[in-house]
Amino acid sequence: MRWREYRSGVSRGLPVGMGYFSVSFGFGAMAVSQGLKALDAALISLTNMTSAGQFAGLTVIVAAASLWEMVLTQLIINSRYALMSLALSQRMGQRIGVLPRILIAFFNTDEIFALAMSRREPLTIPYMLGLGTLPILGWTGGTLCGGLAGSVLPASIRSALGVMLYGMFIAIVVPPAKKERSILAAAGFALVLSSLFAWVPALKAVSAGISIVICTVIAAGACAVLFPVADEEGGA
Amino acid sequence: MSLYLYIAAMALTTYLIRVLPLTIFRRPIRSRFLRSFLHYVPYACLSAMTFPAILTSTESLLSGAAALVVAVVLAYRGKSLIVVALSSSAAVLLCQCAAHFLTA
Repeated sequence: MRWREYRSGVSRGLPVGMGYFSVSFGFGAMAVSQGLKALDAALISLTNMTSAGQFAGLTVIVAAASLWEMVLTQLIINSRYALMSLALSQRMGQRIGVLPRILIAFFNTDEIFALAMSRREPLTIPYMLGLGTLPILGWTGGTLCGGLAGSVLPASIRSALGVMLYGMFIAIVVPPAKKERSILAAAGFALVLSSLFAWVPALKAVSAGISIVICTVIAAGACAVLFPVADEEGGA
Repeated sequence: MSLYLYIAAMALTTYLIRVLPLTIFRRPIRSRFLRSFLHYVPYACLSAMTFPAILTSTESLLSGAAALVVAVVLAYRGKSLIVVALSSSAAVLLCQCAAHFLTA
């Protein structure tokens, strides 16, 4: 029974693991092109399991900014996981104790969260662990492969691989922005702000991590005031 | 500063955000503003990180712009994440091949 639950989780996690592999390949290639070692890039992926947060973290590392800036960027960019963990917590109910939750929290990514929440049957510990297995392997392994490939390939091909990460971000934002005006507004506002930080001379001095934080807080804050979400919002 | 200190700081922060609501603070968020804010955060930060950085991430402005246009058009047409990511990457490669060919 436990084994069957684990296997069921693994098979549900397979497509996510494959997707993670290809996307993290781009992260690995990008990290290496910015001067990191492939193994260190893989260590970041293994310990963080987040795409946007890792990308921002890489920016902070490359800029040699302070640790506080690192903590602040992660707090803001990954804040949405608090909402997902809360929703997942309700969904798991009393059957899953504190110890397994400490483990499950580690890999509560957007996609794993979505899979867990969409399951009809009650969530069990082996199912959740099965769900996390291949995505963790895919995310870490993909980063390592991308990093190794990036170390041997010429710079032109490396930068083409690094663009995959931006392509993925665009693929995440555009479809919901097409459906919901409020999301389009949040994305558009953030985009204008980040352009200001990149091109207005007085603002160029602001470090990359902090400028991402400011753009995110202002754009998401303005949209939260202008277009508050409905009362029964479960998360994600 | 040591790279591993950075990695530890980012991993720990990210983990705490995930683990605390699963173990200690388990009550739903009441504030409508906070829930709305968290709803918009991913779209705002992904957009801010992508543009204009994508334009300067490759060897030329042109190939960066090509990657951007290809990704936006394909994503708008509902193509999957992998197709969008690979196509934008292919656009950069094509531009760079063309540039090398023209300057050679």
